[in-house]
Amino acid sequence: MTAVLYDIPGPKARIRNAGTGIVGVVLVLGLIGFVLYRLIATGQFDARLWEWITYEAIQILLLQALLATLGAFAVAAVLSLAVGAVLAAGRLSEHRWVSRPATLVVEFFRAIPLLVLIFILFYGVSRGLGLNISTFWALVLGLTLYNGSVLAEVFRAGVLALPRGQSEAAYALGMRKTQVMTNVLLPQALRAMMPTVISQLVVVLKDTALGFLILYPELLYQARFLGSQGQLGLPIIPVALVVAAIYIAMCLVLSAVANYLERRSRTSRKRIELAAAVIVAVDHDGG
Amino acid sequence: MNVLLDNLGLFGQAFLGTIRLFIVAAIGSLVLGTILAGMRVSPVPILRRFGAVYVSTVRNTPLTLVFFFFAFAYPRLEIADLSFFTRACLALIIYTSAFVCEVIRSGINTVPVGQAEASRALGFTFNQTLSSVVLPQAVRAVVPPLTNIEIALLKNTTIAAGFSVLEAGGVYSALSERGYNVLIGLLWVALGFLILVVPLTVLQRRLDQRWSVSR
Repeated sequence: MTAVLYDIPGPKARIRNAGTGIVGVVLVLGLIGFVLYRLIATGQFDARLWEWITYEAIQILLLQALLATLGAFAVAAVLSLAVGAVLAAGRLSEHRWVSRPATLVVEFFRAIPLLVLIFILFYGVSRGLGLNISTFWALVLGLTLYNGSVLAEVFRAGVLALPRGQSEAAYALGMRKTQVMTNVLLPQALRAMMPTVISQLVVVLKDTALGFLILYPELLYQARFLGSQGQLGLPIIPVALVVAAIYIAMCLVLSAVANYLERRSRTSRKRIELAAAVIVAVDHDGG
Repeated sequence: MNVLLDNLGLFGQAFLGTIRLFIVAAIGSLVLGTILAGMRVSPVPILRRFGAVYVSTVRNTPLTLVFFFFAFAYPRLEIADLSFFTRACLALIIYTSAFVCEVIRSGINTVPVGQAEASRALGFTFNQTLSSVVLPQAVRAVVPPLTNIEIALLKNTTIAAGFSVLEAGGVYSALSERGYNVLIGLLWVALGFLILVVPLTVLQRRLDQRWSVSR
């Protein structure tokens, strides 16, 4: 609750607020009601359009689609964490011939749209160069290159946000560069950036839906397929509603993990500053 | 080079489409995002709740799914016959405004409570407090991340291409019909986006460095 903009309301303000509240509720419910009315009026809740949900073959089809989505997510998540770590190490390197190319790679893959990247991998490389890249790998590689670059920035910001004294003390103890990084800096930085890393994984999960556009058989693809089946009564809206619920539920669970970690790390003041620095340094956009 | 020069008209038209979609969606999402942020900081609990539910739902929905609804499901509802361009704009506005709302809200929250309390103690009205004390400080915290969100929006316009609106991401299908090398065509598209995005990123970093030290 923000107390910046107003004091604790008095009797007059309370009445006025209640009035605004009622108007707001009427407007919002009106909008939701209108959409529901259109759904009912066009017969989207008729039993015939929901029959598909009882067929076992379709249940299995949707389950396979869900597994396809989760598979692409899992592989892309692991690979982008690895790529992110490598690129971050490159950017943090003191050798220019390492850090410059790493910076270029990160900036390049963050600047071009993910979908264009996936199209380049799928249509461009396979048709232009004759290499055969499956839809799965086009999607996963695209997600990896983009999210790996974003995660590299997260990792770098997390390490740079640590107080200088940490690495200075470690060097004074005679540690090597690698030791300073792995024994002193990373353990502290990883904690601070966990919430941001998980939020980025939510982005990976959301972006697996882009696979639909290169016909990777994930949830949206099957939704489109089922929705165009004439003998089921073209149930595109019912299927889309179910698929949307699945997607949103999965992402909400991951987001809840990120929020939990963030709340837990708020117990220590130093960690808040670190986490804030990580968040500020990284664009939190959710492409 | 031939791929670009022979199809200059196609590329030009496609990028104009991208920019048109971007501008309409950017303005729309700023308006809707500001309204939502207003709801989220308002003294009315139920409006705050509505805002929070909207933001957490939309932020956890893939943009492709929003497009899917507007491309395939919306026409079935028979509400009004909208062109694909309008529907693409609506999808982008609905999606982006949730992010805009969060940025504006956290920007307002960065202003210390003492600032508003002091201005109220000086006898400022709500509008005066907001316009001459809180907002000028909040803008500094809002503009750099807002630029990031608009950059993301610019990149997200490509998803409209997958659902067939003529813009930069859709060049590939036209090129392959004409028998040109798709890879080179797509690399030119990527370069076009670099040209559009990199200046915005530089601007964003400048703003961030200049304004972040103010407190």
